[in-house]
Amino acid sequence: MTTQRNKKINTVSIMSLVALFVSTFAAQAENVLEKTKTRGYVTCGVSQGLPGFSNPNDKGDWTGIDVDVCRAVAAAVLGDDTKVKYVPLNNKERFAALQSGEVDLLSRNTTWTMHRDTGLGIDFTGVNYYDGQGFMVRKSLGVKSVRELDGASLCVNLGTTTELNAADYFKSHNMSYEIITYEKADETVAAYDAGRCDAYTTDQSGLYAQRLKLTNPNDHMVLPEIISKEPLGPSVRQGDAQWSDIVRWAFNAMINAEELGVTSKNIDSLQDSDNPSIQRLLGRDGTFGKNLGLEDAWAYNIIKQVGNYGESFEANVGKDTALGIERGVNALWTNGGLQYAPPIR
Amino acid sequence: MFKWLKSHALYWGGQLAVLLCVVYGFYWLIDNTIVNLARQGTASGFGFLGDRSGFGISQTLVDYSEDSSYGRVLLVGFLNTLLVAGVSIFFATLLGFFVGIGRLSRNWLVSRICAVYIEVFRNIPLLLQIMFWYFGVLRNLPSPRQAIDIYGVAFLSNRGLIVPSAIFEAGSGFYIAASLIFLVSLFLGRRWQSKVQIATGRRPRLWPYMMALFVALGAICFAVTGWPFSMTTPELAGFNFKGGVNFIPEFVSLALALIIYTATFIAEIVRAGILSVDRGQTEAARALALPRGLTMRLIIIPQALRVIIPPLTSQYLNLTKNSSLAVAIAYPDIVSVFAGTALNQVGQAVEIIFITMVIYLALSLITSFILNQYNSHLAMRGAAR
Repeated sequence: MTTQRNKKINTVSIMSLVALFVSTFAAQAENVLEKTKTRGYVTCGVSQGLPGFSNPNDKGDWTGIDVDVCRAVAAAVLGDDTKVKYVPLNNKERFAALQSGEVDLLSRNTTWTMHRDTGLGIDFTGVNYYDGQGFMVRKSLGVKSVRELDGASLCVNLGTTTELNAADYFKSHNMSYEIITYEKADETVAAYDAGRCDAYTTDQSGLYAQRLKLTNPNDHMVLPEIISKEPLGPSVRQGDAQWSDIVRWAFNAMINAEELGVTSKNIDSLQDSDNPSIQRLLGRDGTFGKNLGLEDAWAYNIIKQVGNYGESFEANVGKDTALGIERGVNALWTNGGLQYAPPIR
Repeated sequence: MFKWLKSHALYWGGQLAVLLCVVYGFYWLIDNTIVNLARQGTASGFGFLGDRSGFGISQTLVDYSEDSSYGRVLLVGFLNTLLVAGVSIFFATLLGFFVGIGRLSRNWLVSRICAVYIEVFRNIPLLLQIMFWYFGVLRNLPSPRQAIDIYGVAFLSNRGLIVPSAIFEAGSGFYIAASLIFLVSLFLGRRWQSKVQIATGRRPRLWPYMMALFVALGAICFAVTGWPFSMTTPELAGFNFKGGVNFIPEFVSLALALIIYTATFIAEIVRAGILSVDRGQTEAARALALPRGLTMRLIIIPQALRVIIPPLTSQYLNLTKNSSLAVAIAYPDIVSVFAGTALNQVGQAVEIIFITMVIYLALSLITSFILNQYNSHLAMRGAAR
């Protein structure tokens, strides 16, 4: 009996030792590009459903301007914008999912802040939507400005910059408030709809999107004030400069294409354009693709399959969509907006 | 001799080797985490607990504002968890005992109602029940401006149930001391009653003495300090009520769901406990002409408790842990404010989740320690172990 037990113990200890040595796989530099190429698809962290930004359509395909960034990266890296695995993440999970390597990039209406850029081991690669925090209230409340919300209850989504901005704003204006924090956006909206709160606050684009989910969207209005800067953009893990460059330039290519008037419709007719900027964008001149570790047609694939920034904007959040958002600050710099990409040269 | 030594050396050697492996395994995990966090460029350590939080919380049992630290957020969340768990445990136990006994009732209607209640509520996932109470009730309540007025003192609306709060002015300490004296006397009086009953077979009357004591204590307090209590009545101001104590809908619906769900399990445990007591005990009590109520209270329940307490402990632990579902309906418990909002602001998931796990572990261990003490106090002396 005793020997039997000893044998068992020894087997266990040897097995644990072996397990220990086998699993010592720590430090080695990461190469996301190689990993995605071998895997055959890009993993992209998106929201759990925000119309216009990342939301499954009636066929179950993900659409939105954040989704278009994922598609652009897949088109640049693999030559096929459908080779993306979308991972829906809530506010709480998003950074951990990126840090741990569960997703290759995060494109999920995430505000670029200094703390997130420097303290979380991630890098933001650009701004695909300039947003700001706004408030939505019932029209029947008779409120015309955020300044009249003293003593109001606010519904917000857990783990967002929204919570902090609201706290700062009410405190600095010497107003009292009660903040009710829900884990999921859907519950936040449902609670606001049920009358738990006087106001619902999030990024203004989100207010327009979520208003569509209310029982009577027309009973609600978005207040004019914007109380914060919310530059939303994609982010990647720190430590792989090449991957960071790819994501940054995949988006920059979409902006440059709009500026140069290159669209998914006319791109093939512009192959022999005399404009040297277009020649460089389409990879017919220079070694930009090679420098990124991609093929020369990287930007051609993006614009052909996904479209330029303007096309993506109008198709997902623009005037003719249910959201009906004007270009506003998200117009190109040449049209008085903020969207500006460094040149490809 | 030699063989003995050999087998023991092998035995202890094996134990030691496994222990070393386990310790090294933990060391490796922790070290790996620290190295990788540093490599990722993520901040680490517990220094953030002293930083300013910068966000508001809807229900706080201690002073808290946006200027308080993350450490304070932890305390607020912890107390909110304790509050909802404590209140729910108390009422779930009460309800569970009644339903458990009712299930065994000879009254057909009572036992059927109890059975239906148990089978319905223990078989619906708790999260759905929480959502049901929250959204179901919330949607049917009016806004604060049309609040349901309960005799002009309390108001029910979709912002919660607002009741007047008591204000303890100077001198109220006298009343508190007097209440304590009264309770202690009541306790001692009852022991005296039992003692006399055992000695003489007659139970002396206690209530005239207690009544006299009550009046005397009250008169003394009133003479010395007057009536040092007052109330603030809630009033509608702007969007919401000001003054008074507000039971927020999140708290009420979470507690309600936890009570109704856990009570079903407690009821079944109580039923099992009662059925485990031998029929002979009841028959013996009947033979002594003991009324049914007293048989239950003095003979059945004390014996049943031995069977009831260990699984009851598990239910208390489950309830405490289930309270973390609060995050779904915005009740500001520790998971919502600390492992939620604070985690997202600070971004140090490893530290924050670690602290949260340690707190739940400590809470559970303390609960089970207390109930184990109570259980060994109840256990049959000299019974087989």
